[in-house]
Amino acid sequence: MRRSNRIPHLSRAAVLASASAIALAVLLTLLLAGPAHASFWAPQHGGSPNADRIHTLYSIIMVIAVIIFVAVEGALFYALWKFRMRPGAKAEQLHGNTRLEIGWTAGAAAIVLVIGIVTFIMLPGIRNPDDSDADGWQIPASYQTAKDPGLLPPNGKSLNIDVNGQQYAWRFVYPDGDNDRQNNVTAYEEMVVPTGTTVTLDVRSSDVAHSWWIPKLGGKADALPGYTNHTWFKIPRGKEGVYTGNCAELCGRNHANMTARVRAITPEQFTQWLARQKAAIEAAGRGAQQYRAQQAQNDQRSQQGDASQPSGEPVPSPSTVPNDATSPAAQR
Amino acid sequence: MAVSTASTLTQTPIPQVVAHEVPRPTRNWVDWLTTTDHKKIGIMYLVLTFAFFGVGGVEALLIRLQLAVPDNTLLDFKTYNQLITMHGTTMVFLFVVPVMAGFGNYFVPLMIGARDMAFPKLNALSFWMLAAGGAVFYASIFFNPPECGWTCYVPLSSKDYLPNGGVDAWIFLVHLTGIGSLVGSVNFYVTIANMRAPGMTWSRLPLFCWTILTYSVLLILALPAIAAAVTLLLTDRHFGTNFYDPAEGGSPLLWQHLFWFFGHPEVYIMVLPGFGIISEVLPIFARKPIFGYKAIAASTLTIAFLGLMVWAHHMFTTPSPSVVLVFFMVSSMLISIPTGIKIFSWIGTLWRGTIVFRTPLLFAVGFLGTFLIGGITGVFLAIYPVDWQLHDTYFVVAHFHYVLMGGAVFAVFSGLYYWFPKMTGRMMDEKLGKISFWTMLIGFHTTFLVQHSIGLDGMPRRIPEYADVGHLGLYNLISTIGAFILGVGILVTAINALRSLKHGPVAGPDPWKANTLEWFTQSPPPKNNFDAVPRVRSVEPMKDIRAEIERRTNEPDPVSA
Repeated sequence: MRRSNRIPHLSRAAVLASASAIALAVLLTLLLAGPAHASFWAPQHGGSPNADRIHTLYSIIMVIAVIIFVAVEGALFYALWKFRMRPGAKAEQLHGNTRLEIGWTAGAAAIVLVIGIVTFIMLPGIRNPDDSDADGWQIPASYQTAKDPGLLPPNGKSLNIDVNGQQYAWRFVYPDGDNDRQNNVTAYEEMVVPTGTTVTLDVRSSDVAHSWWIPKLGGKADALPGYTNHTWFKIPRGKEGVYTGNCAELCGRNHANMTARVRAITPEQFTQWLARQKAAIEAAGRGAQQYRAQQAQNDQRSQQGDASQPSGEPVPSPSTVPNDATSPAAQR
Repeated sequence: MAVSTASTLTQTPIPQVVAHEVPRPTRNWVDWLTTTDHKKIGIMYLVLTFAFFGVGGVEALLIRLQLAVPDNTLLDFKTYNQLITMHGTTMVFLFVVPVMAGFGNYFVPLMIGARDMAFPKLNALSFWMLAAGGAVFYASIFFNPPECGWTCYVPLSSKDYLPNGGVDAWIFLVHLTGIGSLVGSVNFYVTIANMRAPGMTWSRLPLFCWTILTYSVLLILALPAIAAAVTLLLTDRHFGTNFYDPAEGGSPLLWQHLFWFFGHPEVYIMVLPGFGIISEVLPIFARKPIFGYKAIAASTLTIAFLGLMVWAHHMFTTPSPSVVLVFFMVSSMLISIPTGIKIFSWIGTLWRGTIVFRTPLLFAVGFLGTFLIGGITGVFLAIYPVDWQLHDTYFVVAHFHYVLMGGAVFAVFSGLYYWFPKMTGRMMDEKLGKISFWTMLIGFHTTFLVQHSIGLDGMPRRIPEYADVGHLGLYNLISTIGAFILGVGILVTAINALRSLKHGPVAGPDPWKANTLEWFTQSPPPKNNFDAVPRVRSVEPMKDIRAEIERRTNEPDPVSA
């Protein structure tokens, strides 16, 4: 009687299945990596130094991870292939090996230590904002709005924007340093920023938890009601354009459609844009004043004159006043 | 004859077919409803949790169907949010955690040589609490299932934003299954601490029992946190308190801390018993003792200890002080050391063995290869600046499915194929088992490997539709196709299990030539488990018993000599 018939081993079907599984995996990888899409292997970057540094850190860990992965899976598959059941083979009755066990514990600890050291070296560059470039937008001295100096670039100057998450849109307020909060430039949907300039964000929420995230501009910052979160980015000169992202924390039914847009323009264009917004706010303010004055006149007249005359005279209502700053449509 | 038996003992674990009738489980349903037998309770646990696994799987397939193509309108946003909530909740609270309790209930007393659990009636109570929790939660599909994700973050889960009863159903599910798990955990702890067979010292306790012990301790420590969290949510919703409302001095961060203080250990609660199953299966099919028993047991305890101190790594993007982030980053990274020890020890177990490729081993090896990827991506997520890019994206979805599906579920399937003969007296079909394994493995990796790239490409979790930027359309389609392949693979095992109940070959008491005490008794075991409980002399009692039998058969009969 041939015993080998009765010994379970890697059947032809299993070999075929594993070969086809590997072939499938390789094929898929080639198919996907073929378009040379960078984000197949690593997070998106390219819009801001902190995103680039996260990408670098990720890549370093990726290299270490691939080495570990290949080594461990290699050892596993080698063991499975080499020590598969064969006639006459005997398993070594070994319970352990203290030196080997201490060795791989120390090895694992060493790898963790290396990753930790690399992380701590990279950390400040990711967390702390850089100074603006010399050819960036010249930030007026009054613009330092972050209370904690640790959240500002070394020279203390950044364009600070207030980001407020609301179901299901982001509101952006550009504080201009004075105490009048009525005249701050405000925008919905699209944040307009100058390139070459450090932008710091105060991220808040006025309803549920949201998360601010533009992948190419660095990491997420959760918007949590009752808290202010901080993040920053600096889009380099020459990388003007639109950067988009999604809200990354489940915020209700329309979560998927809570998108975020950052439009980067040159500092010169930004100066103009800011002036236009300011002018529009002033115009809106003047319009509202005119309207109120007109109303007051009407009230006076209706009190003095005959009461049966309807007071609704055609006066410009606030909604017809060109209001560049608050209407999202006007910004496109 | 005796010599040839001895050589098969060490070499060929072909099931010795013992031709006797397999006792049928009783059909008297009152017996089942009122039983306090740990084996029947274990079976009920397994049947119920696998049923929930099926339901959760169908929910997952619906989710993948919705995401198959960009801008899909198959499901509306409300239904989608309800589905992700139900899928997550079902898999965590109603499948992975209780399925481990199911195996634990059935096998812990058998493995330690006890006749039942320490508190049989409490054991029944913990099962019925689970069933009640599942019923309460699934009753909500008749009105309004919750829409807040399985983490139910406030303020979204507060009365202002989700006034209907779904969140309340979820709260009661957490409470009921929580009480069930707590009672069950105390029971496991007391059973393992006090009811071991004579000679079974702590250093001879089977590794599966070590992991169930750790699972119990973790549950006992972590459950009060979530019980508190959901109670505060309940009073916020209905009795006018403001624990989570920042406008009234509360804090939404409090919810996240309490939730994850439970939620992170929960991950280890889910995978540690899986590690235990792997530690039982690998030595049997490599025909070798487990490599580094003490190192594996110690690393289990270390993982549990560290697992309690890393909860805030789920909160790296929240407004938290740097020192907090650094602490949780370092403690999270440390977990990779004991996990590495385990993986190396498992490979050491296979090394120089004679590996027999039966289905339980295939699933165990599938677990090893897959879990490694989940562990490595965990290191990326532990590093908080990197997590700022990866948090709440499909990268995270891929990571935890590698851990919980590729890890825990593959281990559970390994355990199912391994212990099915003990529970039913019949073997499962090898051919179907292998087909199921390969289909599941291919389906799994097709589904989840590409999800890393979906996340890196910028797609957040929990969104029902997406624009076709980058390669998101292609990646998602591949993932959906994989999910259906995976589903087919799981279905094959389900068919296999049901078919084998009637048609499987009769297994006999010890079909695998295994090492632990549960194989000392008949399959399925009689009501009191053992006719006589043997004295345990090593970590592999059955090996000693077989050696003893061999010695006695070979030595000349002193009487006749």
